Amino acid sequence: MNRYELLKSIVPVLGDTLVVCNIGAPSQELFQLADRPGNFYMLGTMGLASSIGLGLALAQPRPVLAIDGDGSVLTNLGTLATIANNPARNFVLLIVDNGSYGSTGDQPTYAGKRTSLAEVARACGCADVVECSAEATAGEVEAALAREGTSVIVAKCEAGNVDVPVITMNPVVIRQRFMDEVRRA
Amino acid sequence: MAKDVDRRIVADMKAAGIGFVTSVPCKQLAGVIEVLDETPEIMHVPCNREDEGMGLCAGAYMGGRMPCIVMQNTALGVVVNALATLIQFYQIPLPMLISYRGEVGEKVACQVEMALHTKPILNQLHIPTYHFHRPGDEAELPGILNHAWVSSKPVAILTDASFWSAAK
Ligand SMILES: [Mg+2]
Repeated sequence: MNRYELLKSIVPVLGDTLVVCNIGAPSQELFQLADRPGNFYMLGTMGLASSIGLGLALAQPRPVLAIDGDGSVLTNLGTLATIANNPARNFVLLIVDNGSYGSTGDQPTYAGKRTSLAEVARACGCADVVECSAEATAGEVEAALAREGTSVIVAKCEAGNVDVPVITMNPVVIRQRFMDEVRRA
Repeated sequence: MAKDVDRRIVADMKAAGIGFVTSVPCKQLAGVIEVLDETPEIMHVPCNREDEGMGLCAGAYMGGRMPCIVMQNTALGVVVNALATLIQFYQIPLPMLISYRGEVGEKVACQVEMALHTKPILNQLHIPTYHFHRPGDEAELPGILNHAWVSSKPVAILTDASFWSAAK
């Protein structure tokens, strides 16, 4: 299972969840699979999906899922300490860990070598951390969204992208549509 | 130990509707950070790096809380991409309360290096920039905060050593 197939498998469990999606291929694939007002697509700024997701979760009560990547989390490792020390009641961080920088040509990341992001998250103090297979991810996401608290899911999957177009929606339209959805309660 | 100026600054933030602040500390901002932690109306989430902080602020804004980042000017070297591709690209209002290290009165020589680049970086990014140099300059703060909301832009408030040493 690659990231596209993994994302396809979690679409049915999203419900009303607010989704913050990582730059590049993940956002493009999610846009293609299931565009919805409750999706915030990052068009730039590698590494900040988990931070945007945490800020959003702390600021309002609806469940938030941040879909991040192993390469992006490695570029902002401090985020795991911030997440651990400011636990939200409504936050799930899904790290799609394909061991590669998918959007730039599948160069290997250290997460695919000796570094375990699940162990890093635990060492940072995150209380609810699970590492799972791509096939088990939808079930883990559904369970995490249903319980109160902050969860970190490291989903191991195969590298590789599918051919999907870039997102041409205006960034302010993406942001305003998302904020209207957040307020809809 | 917080001074009256620190309390007035945080009171202005509260009155402007700021509900979320992230920070990376600086000696000059220690009093503001102390008062923030005593202000229950403002959620204070310290971050590890200022670009991470800008992500937190973007999320908090979309969640309905007016954000603010408290940081040192040296961090402008860290946040250029986050400012351009997140805060400006998505038109997110973001007041940045910045300690302007390396100006006259600075004891640490190295701080002068980034002070030289501070206003050029802000100018290059077309960020409205205000400079508190003399005590009393902080009276402009409510107007500057409102300007951030009106323009949906990041705005920089530089606060230098002369300001902090003379302010009561
Ligand atoms: Mg990856």
